[in-house]
Amino acid sequence: MNFAFFEVFDVYLLEAVVNGILLGGVLALMALGLNLIFGVIDVVWICYAELIMIGMYGLYYAYAVYALPMWIAAPMCIALVAVLGLLLHYIVIRPLLDAAPINQLLATGGVLFFLQSFATVAFGIDFRNLGIRLPVLAIGEMHFSYARLLAFLAAVAGMVTIYLFMTRTYIGTAIRAIAQDRQIMVLMGVDSRRLYLVTSALGGALAGLAACLLVLQYDVHPFVGLSFGPITFMIVVLGGLGNFIGGFVASFVFAEIISLGGLYSDLEWGYVLAFAFFILMMFARPQGLLTRRS
Amino acid sequence: MLFVKGLVKRFGGFAAVNNVSFEVARGEILGLIGPNGSGKSTIFNVLSGTYRPTAGSILFDGHEIAGLAPHQIINRGIGRTFQIPRPFRRLSVFDNVALAGYYGQGRHSRAKAQASAERALAVVGLPTDPRAEVGGLGAAGLKKLELAKALATEPKLLLADESLGGLDEHEMSRAAEMLRRIRDEMGITIIWVEHIMGVLMRVVDRVIVLDHGEKIAEGSPGAVANDPKVIEVYLGTEAQAQQELAAALHAEGAPS
Repeated sequence: MNFAFFEVFDVYLLEAVVNGILLGGVLALMALGLNLIFGVIDVVWICYAELIMIGMYGLYYAYAVYALPMWIAAPMCIALVAVLGLLLHYIVIRPLLDAAPINQLLATGGVLFFLQSFATVAFGIDFRNLGIRLPVLAIGEMHFSYARLLAFLAAVAGMVTIYLFMTRTYIGTAIRAIAQDRQIMVLMGVDSRRLYLVTSALGGALAGLAACLLVLQYDVHPFVGLSFGPITFMIVVLGGLGNFIGGFVASFVFAEIISLGGLYSDLEWGYVLAFAFFILMMFARPQGLLTRRS
Repeated sequence: MLFVKGLVKRFGGFAAVNNVSFEVARGEILGLIGPNGSGKSTIFNVLSGTYRPTAGSILFDGHEIAGLAPHQIINRGIGRTFQIPRPFRRLSVFDNVALAGYYGQGRHSRAKAQASAERALAVVGLPTDPRAEVGGLGAAGLKKLELAKALATEPKLLLADESLGGLDEHEMSRAAEMLRRIRDEMGITIIWVEHIMGVLMRVVDRVIVLDHGEKIAEGSPGAVANDPKVIEVYLGTEAQAQQELAAALHAEGAPS
């Protein structure tokens, strides 16, 4: 490393930029799951962050309470949330597929409160964590937490896996195709109900992976979904609902605003700036950062 | 191979298809003609499972298929093309066709889908290059892509919907020729719905004429063309109709 390079810039600024990128990876992972569901099934899982919350509890119990090794606990957590995604689709979404969008929103919104209340009753309102304190990586005068680095790398790996699945397999190709033209897919011999189930499980699995990565950095409590659910929705909307690339770009834009905004005062101010930016953008570009390619 | 009996499709009080019966023999090309709103497309949509019939039975290879879901019908061997081509524009030409093959055959085999796609593309005369983009296709190319998608599902019966719309005369006769070749070389039975009668009459073995949801005539192209009922409903004035039909049947090139 050439440390003379760092002296040109404010070290703290650079640290914030890098932390923003690390945060952006995890946000992009969550945005991808939500976009996948919307793009394919045309519904918004309002309770997406609450699925992640349940996943965080899953990992907490498996790893910290039942002391399972991480290499078993993490895949279990991902599988658990994937199954939750399946159940959500099967029980709530499927009967409402042809209903008005507002009904679908209200129904998944209902699931949000159900999951929050369920977690409160089942797990209590205490803040819990895995009890792992990963070390901090120091480069020059900059400090990066290993938890964030790990989360970023795992998020990128998860996204690459999804990308390969979507481009290299026919099920993935069908998922991309159904997002383009729902009606014709059915007439091509695709059983859309099955494809929806696969997509719901995938969306759930992504939420499960996000849960594993978030519980490394944050305490879990029944309302933890509120601290990253809204930001994920803003990212997805700003990127253009159902637009994977737009969501990816918007994740990093938001992450940098939060990280750089937090640099000059508290982290909370970063969020305030991000929300303000979102509102401004809704006036400037209501159809999203990148307009959906047709 | 296909027996349609007493088929009825009502939308509210309106009978789009009213008590239509017909059969299709293996290896036949059957033409389905009639003015706009006569029920041709509705029959196709019922046969391919898009609409559930109000009444009636559809026996395909001895099995009742009325009311099955579209994917089940395709998997049993009835493929269809669409009047307006609807490819997935963000997928390559090859992927469009291979995807149809992958799901349409009901067996979800990657190797089989690719083999079918290559064969189907070769039959219709489109490039098998996996990088070819849908955007580079013209009107005729898109029609070919529709046909290739239907063929990749390895159908026994092909429902071809207005394959000639939007084509010039030269392309029309080539498209008609292609349908005949598909029957002759691949042994696929075809029901062909067309608005443009001329070219169709030269290729089909038999014609059914629909009007207001009812079958009004059935027979060889020659017999149907001289049926006064057909002439009346389908073409308006008798003299003009006679002229056009005669031209259609006897012209060497494509009729105007």
